[in-house]
Amino acid sequence: MQRIGVFVCWCGSNIAGTVDVQAVSDALKNEPGVVFSANYQYMCSQAGQNLIKEAIAEHRLTGIVVCSCSPRMHEATFRKTAAAAGINPYMVEIANIREQCSWVHKDMLTGTEKAIILGKAAVAKVNLNTPLTPGESPVTKRALVIGGGIAGIQTALDIADAGFPVDIVETKPTIGGKMAQLDKTFPTLDCAACILTPKMVDVAQNENIRIFSYSEVTAVKGFVGNFDVTIKKKARYVNEDVCTGCGACVEKCPMKKVPNEFNLNMDNRTAIYIPFAQAVPKVATIDPMHCNMLKNGKCGVCSKVCAAGAIDYKQQDQYIEEKYGAIVVATGFNPISMDKFDEYAYNQSKDVITSLEFERLTNAAGPTAGKLLRPSDHKHPHTIVFVQCVGSRCSACAEKGKEYCSKICCMYTAKHAMLTRDKYPDTEVYVFYIDVRTPGKNFDEFYRRAVEEYGVHYIKGMVGKVSPEGDKLKVQASDLLNNKQLHIDADLVVLAAAIEPDKSARPLATMLTASMDTNDFFTEAHPKLRPVESPTAGVFLSGACQGPKDIPETVSQASAAASKVISLLVKDKLTGNPCVASSDELMCNGCSSCERVCPYGAITYVDKEFRMPNRTIAIRRVAQVNPAVCQGCGACTVACPSGAMDLKGFANNQIVAEVDAICK
Amino acid sequence: MHNSNKKLQQEIIRISGVNPKKCMRCGKCTATCPAFDEMEYHPHQFVAMVEDGDIEPLLKSESLYRCLTCFACVDRCPRNVEPAKLVEAVRLTVIRQKDANHLKADDIPAMLDEDIPQQALVSAFRKYAK
Repeated sequence: MQRIGVFVCWCGSNIAGTVDVQAVSDALKNEPGVVFSANYQYMCSQAGQNLIKEAIAEHRLTGIVVCSCSPRMHEATFRKTAAAAGINPYMVEIANIREQCSWVHKDMLTGTEKAIILGKAAVAKVNLNTPLTPGESPVTKRALVIGGGIAGIQTALDIADAGFPVDIVETKPTIGGKMAQLDKTFPTLDCAACILTPKMVDVAQNENIRIFSYSEVTAVKGFVGNFDVTIKKKARYVNEDVCTGCGACVEKCPMKKVPNEFNLNMDNRTAIYIPFAQAVPKVATIDPMHCNMLKNGKCGVCSKVCAAGAIDYKQQDQYIEEKYGAIVVATGFNPISMDKFDEYAYNQSKDVITSLEFERLTNAAGPTAGKLLRPSDHKHPHTIVFVQCVGSRCSACAEKGKEYCSKICCMYTAKHAMLTRDKYPDTEVYVFYIDVRTPGKNFDEFYRRAVEEYGVHYIKGMVGKVSPEGDKLKVQASDLLNNKQLHIDADLVVLAAAIEPDKSARPLATMLTASMDTNDFFTEAHPKLRPVESPTAGVFLSGACQGPKDIPETVSQASAAASKVISLLVKDKLTGNPCVASSDELMCNGCSSCERVCPYGAITYVDKEFRMPNRTIAIRRVAQVNPAVCQGCGACTVACPSGAMDLKGFANNQIVAEVDAICK
Repeated sequence: MHNSNKKLQQEIIRISGVNPKKCMRCGKCTATCPAFDEMEYHPHQFVAMVEDGDIEPLLKSESLYRCLTCFACVDRCPRNVEPAKLVEAVRLTVIRQKDANHLKADDIPAMLDEDIPQQALVSAFRKYAK
């Protein structure tokens, strides 16, 4: 029989205002098992906690019930109090008589009645509580960062800086991501490459960081602290360890008409290629779709010119198995396809481009060596129209576009407009906007400068259609503030396309059992208070995979994710939650129902020997729960047809006892 | 808002099935409108005026009959507001206010032409019959 103490909190007038706390403590005194009952103004205060500790010692209590606020608020506090006084922290139950009682009732009589009932339920549960001890699991002190853009780079550098080994897995042949394609960065106009490439070099030189480029994650097993990950290193037909990145092969490759994806197909590359001069790792890759040698065995020029002998046409995909303690997702974003936006004539005219294409057109390492030239005829454009919100802020029921604001477009469009006017004062630059959204340090000042100092025409309204006529683009737009329809003969139209998560994110989320929203952005554990953690323990989020973000925000989040990873990896052991499922092997019928419903993969089946009557032995298939993986959701306890599966701390008999106490 | 206007506004919203509150004032409808120069009130103004209950000027406006019903605004609107349906609803309201039954079922056989699509007849009843 338990010896239970009941402690009723007034919470100032929060509870005592609508609940007669004295009546509650008096009523609960007579419940079975209760040997002590008291009430106090602030139970969570030092004095209140001392009252609990003294009562535990004086009345030799084995369990306590605190009638107070929600357990989310102070369950941990009172568990610590109990532990300090020498009783198991899982012998504490909280009856929530604030959020679920005093705050929702106005009448003292009903409030008090309900508080007593909630207290009785908690007492009934404590009578069946058993002391629980959390399990421990070891931590593999290595982190995996999936994605090698600026988010992944920053996260990896920070984790490595704390002394832990990190692996970056990047699907492209080089790290660098979208930032490597940008020209300048707002609002300071630093050259993107100038600030990114030193970081890429740091990554390459850091002893704690390994880069798996041209690779992808194909399987993830395990749980926080103990992930088993399979990485597929795609065959690049070049021996990475031998290639010096000299570029002789690239120079001599006869297949020179391959669309160059790094320049968004606005120029060509060779079949063997290094994406850009500062690529990390600076190693050539053969594109098997276009290489003559790989397609029909006729060529082999690169192999002949390679002084290092790095070319290996027989290279195969390689699978690497590695263990990690933590996984950071940094899969980033892409601009959406413009195929559905026929009104802007993107597919009809080469001179209608997206903003990312504009970045390449103004980048010194881009297809035009930094000169702004029309893609169609390589002439200098004089009238340039920027269209914002293309595919952003669309209705959820619209056939095309995204419902959210892509967040970065207002600023990069202001940057493009400003830089165009700065470099080419003979241009007329129009920006059509719905709203200009520039919250951020020095952001609005930046946009105003584009208008006031650089004379960019900002027009409140949208472009309705773009029609190519001769060498002009007829732009028909609205000017809402002047209630006019404008007709502009433009030379170049730039579309600020909405951004969306990378397509690899969804299958990755499935592998990680990490949750996503309807737009395929990863969901954070708490939108305000745990923004860089996924709800799945041990999985962290960095950069635009969680939502649209600019570079400063991405870098801050990347460092935040790294600090969360570090605080996980410094631990030698992880203390689990003891409220996990466990199976009664004698009752288990081996049906696999629990295994099928478990969202965490915590349940496995084993064949086990059981002693039977007359010294016989039977082998039966029974469920076993891995307590380190189990999150205590209880799905298996509901699915189990034989009643073998039960949740510690929330056992079926405890729940039934609570219900009985309430209905009595 | 005046009471009769409120009633008219509700009627127009009901007939059209349009929720003018969905409009985010981007002006793409007006940007796209091929009849812009002919219209006193432009598509985005129709939406805003119906939302404000400012119906009287719309009822009197020639714009009702300048709209080509090309549905470009409906097609392009990023928020699925469907301004052309609103114009249509205002037009219907005017016709219905004139308080006459312009089309009787008995008239149909005399007018019937085998090339007339069924849908046109249904549509004509919606517009011109009380």
